[in-house]
Amino acid sequence: MNRWPLSYLTSSGARAHAILPLTWYMLAVSILVCLVIGIILWMAVRRARPADQDVDIETIPVERGGSGIRWISVGLAISAIPLAGALGWTLITLTAVAGPLTHPGLVLDVTGRQWWWQVQYAADEPSEVFETANEIHIPVGVRVLVRLHGGDVIHSFWVPQLSGKTDTIPGQTNLSWIEADQPGRYLGQCTEFCGYQHAHMQFEVVAESREAFDRWRTAQLQAAGPPASPAATRGLALVEYRCGLCHRVRGTQAGAVSAPDLTHLMSRRQLAAGTLPNNPGNLVGWISDPQNIKPGTLMPNQYLSAQQLSDTLAYLEQLQ
Amino acid sequence: MRPAELRTPAIGIDTVEHQAKLLQLWETSPGLKGFFSTVDHKQIGIRYIVTAFIFLGLGGIEALVIRLQLAGPNLSLLTPAQYNQFYSTHGMTMIFLYAAPILSGFSNYLWPLLLGSRDMAFPRLNALSYWIYVASGLFLYAGFLTGNGPNDGWFNYVPNASRDFNPGLNQDFYALGMIFFGISTTVGAANFVVTAFKTRAPGMSINRVPILVWGTLTASVANLLVVPAVSLAFFLLWMDRQFGTHFFDAAQGGQPLLWQHLFWIFAHPWVYAIVLPAMGMVSDGLPVFCRRPLVGYHWVALSTIATMILGFGVWVHHMFATGLPGLGLSFFSAASLLITLPSAVAVFAWLATIWLGRPVINTAFLFFASMIILFVIGGVSGFMTASVPVDWQLTDTYFVVAHIHYVLIGINVFPVVGATYFWFPKMTGRLLDERLGRWNFWTMFIGFNLAFLPMHVTGLLGMPRRVYTYADYGGWGILNLVTSVGSFVFAAGVLLLFVNVARSLKNGREAGKNPWDAPTLEWSVSSPPPVYNFAVIPTVASRHPLWESRLGGAGALSSLDRGMLLDEGKETVGTTAIDAVPERVLEMPQDSVAPALLALGLSLCFAGLLLKLWLPAGAGAGLAALAILAWLWPRTDLREREPSRG
Repeated sequence: MNRWPLSYLTSSGARAHAILPLTWYMLAVSILVCLVIGIILWMAVRRARPADQDVDIETIPVERGGSGIRWISVGLAISAIPLAGALGWTLITLTAVAGPLTHPGLVLDVTGRQWWWQVQYAADEPSEVFETANEIHIPVGVRVLVRLHGGDVIHSFWVPQLSGKTDTIPGQTNLSWIEADQPGRYLGQCTEFCGYQHAHMQFEVVAESREAFDRWRTAQLQAAGPPASPAATRGLALVEYRCGLCHRVRGTQAGAVSAPDLTHLMSRRQLAAGTLPNNPGNLVGWISDPQNIKPGTLMPNQYLSAQQLSDTLAYLEQLQ
Repeated sequence: MRPAELRTPAIGIDTVEHQAKLLQLWETSPGLKGFFSTVDHKQIGIRYIVTAFIFLGLGGIEALVIRLQLAGPNLSLLTPAQYNQFYSTHGMTMIFLYAAPILSGFSNYLWPLLLGSRDMAFPRLNALSYWIYVASGLFLYAGFLTGNGPNDGWFNYVPNASRDFNPGLNQDFYALGMIFFGISTTVGAANFVVTAFKTRAPGMSINRVPILVWGTLTASVANLLVVPAVSLAFFLLWMDRQFGTHFFDAAQGGQPLLWQHLFWIFAHPWVYAIVLPAMGMVSDGLPVFCRRPLVGYHWVALSTIATMILGFGVWVHHMFATGLPGLGLSFFSAASLLITLPSAVAVFAWLATIWLGRPVINTAFLFFASMIILFVIGGVSGFMTASVPVDWQLTDTYFVVAHIHYVLIGINVFPVVGATYFWFPKMTGRLLDERLGRWNFWTMFIGFNLAFLPMHVTGLLGMPRRVYTYADYGGWGILNLVTSVGSFVFAAGVLLLFVNVARSLKNGREAGKNPWDAPTLEWSVSSPPPVYNFAVIPTVASRHPLWESRLGGAGALSSLDRGMLLDEGKETVGTTAIDAVPERVLEMPQDSVAPALLALGLSLCFAGLLLKLWLPAGAGAGLAALAILAWLWPRTDLREREPSRG
């Protein structure tokens, strides 16, 4: 991930590439206009000096002066040129990037939820459909159709270096698309205010080679394996009994879908939608006191004993 | 016996006896009774201005708290819940309780003086508009102070504002408070429209009114058209929340986007409503200090109207990312780009006025002139958001936060402070201190740009808006720190204005009638003006009655000392809408506590609705009904005066 992961002054895919030159054009015109007007204003005011400084206003005669209409007509004529350019370029770019993909290489269903991203990989075969959260893997160079669904309130799906924003709105399905032309991790962020934890509602798009993506997908399709130790066995019981009220771990009795799918929790780089790097220490901290780390999050504090925590961790660490 | 309004009024000159007679007719009674019953537009205007400045101070304090929270990454001065209420209340305060009322205040104070009239067309409605403004402001702040402030931003999108996601009273305070506030805006706007068209001095044809009148008139027409949309939206929200309707509930066939359309079809014109009158202040004030008439009066007046007409067709540019079809987006994108042209007219007119004039540099001039560059910066960032694909990137980032602050501070606050320096002598009889004024200007100007110019970069680097905290991605931290420092410098500048006002009220240099040697009618009367404004109604022959002899040109001169006396009652003259030919004598109403009582009754009613206490709500509605009855009750003194005029 580069130094400015959310900056839209760099682009890494066809959709963002199409927009970036227009952004620079608009920015350049804007800066130029400010400079020109600023200089004219400065010169106009400077004309007053020094004779008219600190004098009684009545001593300066009122004069009708020139009509000055030419300033307006010439000013308008000059302004119209970059404006027409902006309009034309805008319409051309809009045509290029707005329409939904006709032959997408991959289709995702993404649902914005308070405050995380539910990601489902669509497939013709039901057995090939799987779900993950907050981390989207895509193959490099493939145009990916993203169907956006509103889970609760309105959120907005934004991966600045791949694509501009599209809202996820309850009751309608919006279409966006992304494509990355080089491997890498691209940061995404919710950009429609959605309540307490709007600030911590990030996701990552991981663009990787076709082979790496296929390996990842194959792994994601697997259900969770059986617990590998006595501690993990006790942990599984806790996960099913507690976490399973909201989360799902495929292959276990934890089967709820109102929170992120945990089947491959440890394959993800971030916890709680970009709030913390995902490692065992942070995971324990998160489970024991989510309300302190992400105040208002829908995950309640668990009040587990130290033993229970380490058992739970023993199982969760298996979910690669 | 002829009806009073068809009487031919006596023409005469101003005398001491005449003034005494008018004073007796117009004077507000002293004490508490007078305070609650006055309908004098000057008192109401000053109250509006003072109240709005108080809200500016409150909104400013909220902003400073927000800036402390954002001064560095991962700070925790505020909880997310507190932060959401602070930023939402800041927006609500500045946009609704400061920016529009401050302009209403200036226009209320100035209009009859600019137009050569003795009061607004509906003085009691004017008082009502003020009382409801105060009451709704207190209502909204009662929410904030009890921890029930708005918490979903000023544009308050559903479903986040609906009861499922927002169970407290926060949104009920906001919804009902905004409906309440809408009454104030609506009656105020109706009053401005009728005043502009019907109470101008004889001879002040529509092409001779100051640009401020064009600005406020245009804004008022717009408000009449769009306030119902937002009042409806808030009413539907309240119904959804409290009575189980499903207007915005997608699960039950409602439509979340309906809120956004209803809101923005109001809120975008509203943005123009809170800048056009301020642009009018610049158009009227700047030429005085440039010692020449405004360049392109007709162009500027027409561009004001053109801006508003186009302004009705751009609301969807707030919704480019909502998944609307591309063809529709193209239309709104084009309209949003084109709207820069009428704005450009004003910019070039101001530049030409300075260039072709002989500018006198003082504090008021500095505020007006600097507004031009701030306006351009706020304008071009708006131009960038008008392009759909570009907007998909920069919307909802700090770039837009920078944009809205250049618009609202650059085009509202700077002209308003300039207008304060310009008209304070008229309102109080004393000039604001010029040396302190320079400090005031430079502190505000430097602080403002320090805070908000780097914020564009923060936006370009992708920082989303409305986040209570942030990680330090490549310089966000230092940029935010600079913004926070700048905001405190700016606040110090605003404080200097308040200091200057407080000091100059007592010790300021005496202003006299016309300290700036300005051309318009308000400067022809004493400072502060007498309660009846004009002893004789002036007859106007040009756009610059007080500069006529110097500007030359053929034609009749305005008559300021000789005109209609109108001293048989509390009267002013009604004229035709376009040419301002005298039409009738207008009976102006006496002072009355009915508007204040009506506002009180409505406050009680809204408080009852909020708490679903139907008894107080009904009692409030009853009190309001009684107040209206008292307001409209036929008055014996009016009836008895008529025959004596024979």
